[in-house]
Amino acid sequence: MELFWYMVLMTMLAIYIILDGYDFGAGIIHLFFAKKEADKKAITNAIGPFWDANEVWLIAVGGVLFFAFPTLYASSFSGFYLPLMMILWLLIFRAIGLELRGQIHNRLWEKIWDKAFGVASLLLALFFGIALGNVVRGVNLGMVNETGVSTHEAHYFFLPLWNDSFSPEANHLGIIDWFTILLGIIAVITLTIHGANWILYKTNSDLNPKLKQVVFKLNFVLLFFVIVSISIWHLIESNPFENFINYPWLAIFPIVTLVGLFGLFKVKSFKKDGTPFVFSSLFLAGGFFTTVSSIFPNLLPSTNGVNPSLTIYNVAAEDYGLTVGVYWFVIAIVLVAVYFTIQYKVFKGKMDNIGYGDH
Amino acid sequence: MEDMLFYDRMQFAFTITFHYLFPQLTMGLSLMIVYFKWCFLKTDNLQYNDAAKFWMRIFAINFAMGVVTGIPMEFQFGTNWAKFSELTGGIIGQTLAMEGMFSFFLESSFLGLFLFGEKLLGHKWHFVTGFLVFLGSWASGFLIIATHSWMQYPVGYEILENGKFVLNNFSALFSNPWLLPSYFHNQAASLITASFFVSAVGAFYILNKKHVEFGKLFLKTGVIFGLFSSIIVAFPTGDLVAKNVVKHQPVTFAAMEGIFQTEEGGAEIVLIGQPNILEKKLDNKIAVPNILSFLTYQNWNAEIKGLNEFDSKDYPTNIPGLYYAYHIMVGLGTIFIGLMIIATFQLYRKKLYETHWILWCLMFMIPFPYIANTTGWYTAELGRQPWLVYNLLRTSEGASPTVSSGNTLFTLLGFVGLYLLLGILFLMLVGKIVNKGPQLIKH
Repeated sequence: MELFWYMVLMTMLAIYIILDGYDFGAGIIHLFFAKKEADKKAITNAIGPFWDANEVWLIAVGGVLFFAFPTLYASSFSGFYLPLMMILWLLIFRAIGLELRGQIHNRLWEKIWDKAFGVASLLLALFFGIALGNVVRGVNLGMVNETGVSTHEAHYFFLPLWNDSFSPEANHLGIIDWFTILLGIIAVITLTIHGANWILYKTNSDLNPKLKQVVFKLNFVLLFFVIVSISIWHLIESNPFENFINYPWLAIFPIVTLVGLFGLFKVKSFKKDGTPFVFSSLFLAGGFFTTVSSIFPNLLPSTNGVNPSLTIYNVAAEDYGLTVGVYWFVIAIVLVAVYFTIQYKVFKGKMDNIGYGDH
Repeated sequence: MEDMLFYDRMQFAFTITFHYLFPQLTMGLSLMIVYFKWCFLKTDNLQYNDAAKFWMRIFAINFAMGVVTGIPMEFQFGTNWAKFSELTGGIIGQTLAMEGMFSFFLESSFLGLFLFGEKLLGHKWHFVTGFLVFLGSWASGFLIIATHSWMQYPVGYEILENGKFVLNNFSALFSNPWLLPSYFHNQAASLITASFFVSAVGAFYILNKKHVEFGKLFLKTGVIFGLFSSIIVAFPTGDLVAKNVVKHQPVTFAAMEGIFQTEEGGAEIVLIGQPNILEKKLDNKIAVPNILSFLTYQNWNAEIKGLNEFDSKDYPTNIPGLYYAYHIMVGLGTIFIGLMIIATFQLYRKKLYETHWILWCLMFMIPFPYIANTTGWYTAELGRQPWLVYNLLRTSEGASPTVSSGNTLFTLLGFVGLYLLLGILFLMLVGKIVNKGPQLIKH
């Protein structure tokens, strides 16, 4: 049962990253490349009817996490208190930026909300990368002190935003250190590419030729950072390849990641506008699954030798609840698939003329 | 520890109070929009379609505010109430996860279609998407009230040795006797907010002599929905909720009514009075004898237990707050019924649009349904204190063990600032749309 819900949760998270990922990416593109009003319009039109529903995946992930793994939910949400609250504020800011911008036609008003939307998208991409970094690096569960004594129950912890050394190997970890920042940067680059690909797919804007260039160039930067992160991974995880050796079929994930990455280099020669988006989705999903399967069955590793890591087995809810959950979940997920099919069918093709922001 | 609990409670109370200002309008308004769109399909009168589109626009802003202020609610269970989440997540996680999966997806997918898809879909399918948005928002309310009901009256659980609550009967969550009365009470209250809002805009248009035809339509629709919902909210739903409290939380009921001492020969109903905790009595009260016994047990002389019969550590933590919240809710509810009866009577005599004093009253009524809804919610939540899960888990046992009071205070201030900004923007935009009027929405 735990394994089933683990796979459900990770799949939902991957869907969330792909869907809301292109929203964040569109925001970053908006921040750096949209100079003319027509460009801005093209970008917001491309995500207009979708972003709200995309964000629901985050709420749904939160709900499923709460229900299936309540101890993990309690432990990680209280432990990562400050960054989560900031993510909330950024999500609020981004959403109102999108909603409010078109409501009043005034240059300053529009500028403020354009920036709110762009900056919040950028920071959210960065924070989500940092969050993933924290999860693979692990935390000091039980808040064990220098003498090896837990000051709290074994599954609770609290992390400040940073410590004075910014090192992932420090005794007192912070949320932000150079390792988690590295993952944050990778997230920003990846989502920028991903967002650009979505805009290519959904619009015929004048920006498109330029975006192809941007994606092409950013690929090299991304490749560089991916190589750097792989070469230092052993610093935070003693044996990152263990799972892949024990379960060779897991190798599918890194392979998918690489296929996605190399596919992106051909962005200029694709005939269909949707193809680059498929490759950036593959890269995102593959990268995410590779990362989480390297720590499986851990969900949150412990950095001290005193308290055990949180695994899918020691944080799950009881079997009866998890079993009834399967019945309603299957019904719900089928419905969700139907909704999304309808939504993407109705708004299929290019979105230049939908006129988001005028409603 | 005391500080931390105080800030945690303040933060939750503040964020949920602000959040609930939005869904109470969207739940009621979605029904009224569906009604307008349905009238259009039946009569082909374009005015109804314009009305639906006008309210849709206000709905969209309101919905967005509801969503963005709702996400923190889900997060805060984990961030601020980690111990509570850990112990009860196996149970309330069910209903909260179902809310996400069943209602949010439905609402958000079809809201996009409803807002942008009129041309693509045609009117019939546009109506269907509107109906699905309505269904989603009411399902969301249902699952939240199901969660709330479990905290008020826990069912279908067992408690393990480590203190964890484990679900052992899924269907009990939905056959909870607390659930249906609370749900319909709440939905009727939402409909009050929406119908008062719609009739206030109608009254504003008529008094302002702008968009008068729409003013009449809004006023008529608002008043009829308003009469219906303000009666339902009191009887039978409010009555049934109160009977649940009497039966399952007698100490709460005593505090709500301000009964400090059990009195023989039937309890009086207090219209106005001020609870005096030190001397354990009501000051300055005006009361009618024996009515409360009758309302509660249909027996003029039935005994109602006073606070003196209970252990003081189980008293609601804020007795005056609870007492006033309850009395404000009931008082406002009574005013709503009275006003709507008079307005309907005038409408029936075809004199409503000329009776200016009623129009003025209706226009200035806008904040009061919000106050009534909020105090109603407070009555329920303050009434449950000092318990998170009634009689089983105390609020003091539910907070996050590792989050310090400084962090909670910091984020509380953050929320206050951010929500203040949101509130101002919301009022500004809705004011602008209302002032522009329905006809300008078309193009």
